[in-house]
Amino acid sequence: MKDLILAEHLHFEYVREEEENILVLNDIDVSIHQGEFVAILGHNGSGKSTLAKHFNAVLLPTSGRVLVDGVDTADQEHLFDIRQKVGMVFQNPDNQIVATIVEEDVAFALENLGVEPEEIRRRVDEALKTVDMYEFKEHAPHQLSGGQKQRIAIAGVIAMRPECVVLDEPTAMLDPKGRREVLRTVMELNRDYGTTVALITHYMDEAVHADRVIVVDHGDVVITGTPREIFSQVEKMKELGLDVPQVTELCYRLKQEGAPVPDDVITEDECTAALEQLLA
Amino acid sequence: MLRDITIGQYFPGKSVIHRMDPRMKLILSIAYIVMLFCVGNEAGFLIPVIFLIAAIWISKIPFIMVLKGVKPILPLIIFTAVLNIFFVTGEPLVKLGFITITVDGIIVALKMVIRIIFLIMGTSLLTYTTSPIALTDAIEQLLRPLNKIHFPVHEMAMMMTIALRFIPTLIEETDKIMSAQKARGADMESGGLMQRAKALVPILIPLFISAFRRAEELALAMECRCYRGGEGRTRMRQLHYSSLDWYGAAVMAVCFAGVILLNIFVPAFV
Repeated sequence: MKDLILAEHLHFEYVREEEENILVLNDIDVSIHQGEFVAILGHNGSGKSTLAKHFNAVLLPTSGRVLVDGVDTADQEHLFDIRQKVGMVFQNPDNQIVATIVEEDVAFALENLGVEPEEIRRRVDEALKTVDMYEFKEHAPHQLSGGQKQRIAIAGVIAMRPECVVLDEPTAMLDPKGRREVLRTVMELNRDYGTTVALITHYMDEAVHADRVIVVDHGDVVITGTPREIFSQVEKMKELGLDVPQVTELCYRLKQEGAPVPDDVITEDECTAALEQLLA
Repeated sequence: MLRDITIGQYFPGKSVIHRMDPRMKLILSIAYIVMLFCVGNEAGFLIPVIFLIAAIWISKIPFIMVLKGVKPILPLIIFTAVLNIFFVTGEPLVKLGFITITVDGIIVALKMVIRIIFLIMGTSLLTYTTSPIALTDAIEQLLRPLNKIHFPVHEMAMMMTIALRFIPTLIEETDKIMSAQKARGADMESGGLMQRAKALVPILIPLFISAFRRAEELALAMECRCYRGGEGRTRMRQLHYSSLDWYGAAVMAVCFAGVILLNIFVPAFV
């Protein structure tokens, strides 16, 4: 598979005056393949957001390099090509909506790119249908719920037709209903439209749906693998200050008590099956 | 309570006036104000008065709503009227000690009052029938020639859009901060003027800090969506003049001509 985003020996430090610089990312090698759904996990301050900001040239490496579709992000000439290719959605939906009407906001990126008005209209309608918000196109953003606002923010990014969407904790400020809506939208985007997705999250039940999980700790990638591989290492995850999905935790504890359950349970269905077998 | 504030006072509708191009509405509103001040005699006032009443009727905006727009300006209107009544010289009508009221004074005051009231009503009709975003677009388009003298037209319009976008958000936030401070024992409802002003400080400081934080995040999100200023930018919503707009302009032109003719042929009292 083609590497859409490739980071090589990525170092990043925040430069401070009169004080020692803070090293945030320490020699990271990571790649995200075309069409993949990657979840990036890590506790607060692990550097996962900083890593994500390198994917579309918001931040540039102190040393090492990041390639997006073969183009170095440090290349100023291709800055807007990179940002068009890798869209970014942030945590707070309120702080990324620019316009006072939903459809105007979705059009914002396309207007910046200088797309023709009729084409903008077509792509805005399409993007709004993709996130299932078409009927709200003439609403004001402040009339919408958090989940709806976040879907508008996603629509504003996918209207650019990016190859990859990076979402930086998009569900952190939402209620459970909003979280489900956003997660479903993200999964559909990956499955039905083939968009590459990098989802930064600290909800393990979201990471379970990914093709691959990357765990970041102290500015370095510590483990990568499928959700099943990652979450079966319960002790290692706890050491890193991370949780595992509740069902995994349950089976892990049962196993510790000597119950014969498999140790790679990550979904509720698998857990139910394992428990039924145990009780049968 | 803070949530009830509506911004721009826009009343959505589908009347002829609503459907006119915002640029034309803006131009006609300015023309209307000029017309009000061009009126030279009493008969001439009939034209702008009838014009506005007809426009309000066509727009289907309740007349009371338009009148309400005048309410906040009432003290100013009274002040102007009083000044004119007492200080315009001419034939004395009533003499009370050192105060003289003249016929001329009353007429001048009356004219001034009519002008201000209709000026306010005219501009309220503009904001009642035009959404803030359409108005911003219109201002951006109309001021575009100023780009030549390096006036940042696009930036100004973008600032207006963002301000409009964040007013409800910040109102909500103010509400939250007020509740939070009240929960910590802040007293905002008692005390004199100074005390109340001081009580605002614990609300304004968090509000400002959060506004700055929001601005920073918004700037980042805009950059991620390829924002690079007005150059090479297109717009999804294109403004088009329709026959409606030309009719509007024609009506205004006829009214203006009427005012000028009346000025020439009908002698004024004062």
